[in-house]
Amino acid sequence: MTVGIVVFPGSNCDRDVHWALEGCLGIASRYLWHEQRDLDGVEAVVLPGGFSYGDYLRCGAIARFAPLLEEVRRFAEAGGPVLGICNGFQVLTEMGLLPGALTRNRDLHFLCQSTELSINPGACHWLRDYALGERIQLPIAHGEGRYQLDAEQLDRLEQQGQIVLRYTSNPNGSVGDVAGLTNRAGNVLGLMPHPERACDQSLGGIDGQRLLKAILR
Amino acid sequence: MGLLQPGQLGRGRAVGLPRFNKPARLPVPLFHARVLVSLRASVLDPAGEATRAAAERLGVEGIRRLRIGKAIEVELEATDRAEAEAKLGLLSDRLLANPVIEDWKLVIGDTSTGGLG
Repeated sequence: MTVGIVVFPGSNCDRDVHWALEGCLGIASRYLWHEQRDLDGVEAVVLPGGFSYGDYLRCGAIARFAPLLEEVRRFAEAGGPVLGICNGFQVLTEMGLLPGALTRNRDLHFLCQSTELSINPGACHWLRDYALGERIQLPIAHGEGRYQLDAEQLDRLEQQGQIVLRYTSNPNGSVGDVAGLTNRAGNVLGLMPHPERACDQSLGGIDGQRLLKAILR
Repeated sequence: MGLLQPGQLGRGRAVGLPRFNKPARLPVPLFHARVLVSLRASVLDPAGEATRAAAERLGVEGIRRLRIGKAIEVELEATDRAEAEAKLGLLSDRLLANPVIEDWKLVIGDTSTGGLG
């Protein structure tokens, strides 16, 4: 089992993900440069946090056109596990693999803090080791994490069980307190909080471990 | 767009990258366009609100509404106005604006004749 970590110019959590996977969990990983045209045989893909292409135009807007992401799209549509963290979540919405968009935080501040999340794992591959209604602590670090979607579509996502992670105390103004979403098949997860920064007790908590370990299942 | 290199964004997917090995060809009309991207009315604009608050501190009163958007200037070759509009429409819908949160408006100016390739 090898996990591919996509690296764009401006990614800055690629090494965090690598460390969490290999250093904390013993899961092999490999960096995938955004200009590659194949996934090099990896069995799961992580789009890490950061500022791909300097967040030019909109967060994730330019990254979406990277050659590698055509392969990531095919991989996701074929049911391969794909995880987008922070900027990776923004990229997934820009690609249309997840609905909605991430916009400027309500209070304009860049938020760097621990948040409590409530989990509704549904059919999400990545959250299968968490219980319905379980509350966990994960850090957030973003300036543009306010999830936006119109009320009608948000209702539909709710009914379809795609809103899998919610803030218990909404830090950024996201509609529906959305912190993370899955696609209908459950193989793609996008979330603003950083599970890779919650895999080592010395960093304050290990609530992110089970999420990344889902790669093994 | 200084960081972008040809090929980085996928062939033909992004407009504005330099073209190389361009063969000589006949003059093609050049269209000057401006794409105005604005946040949809239903989307919160905290930066606009903060700017409005600063405008009041500046002493400018009576501002009822202030929303921040983007203006993107494009020079584009196209055989005619209809083709220019089609290209700019695709560009705006798929790249310059995100229809989930933004609207866009196209302003196409006068044409001039492009130089020989």
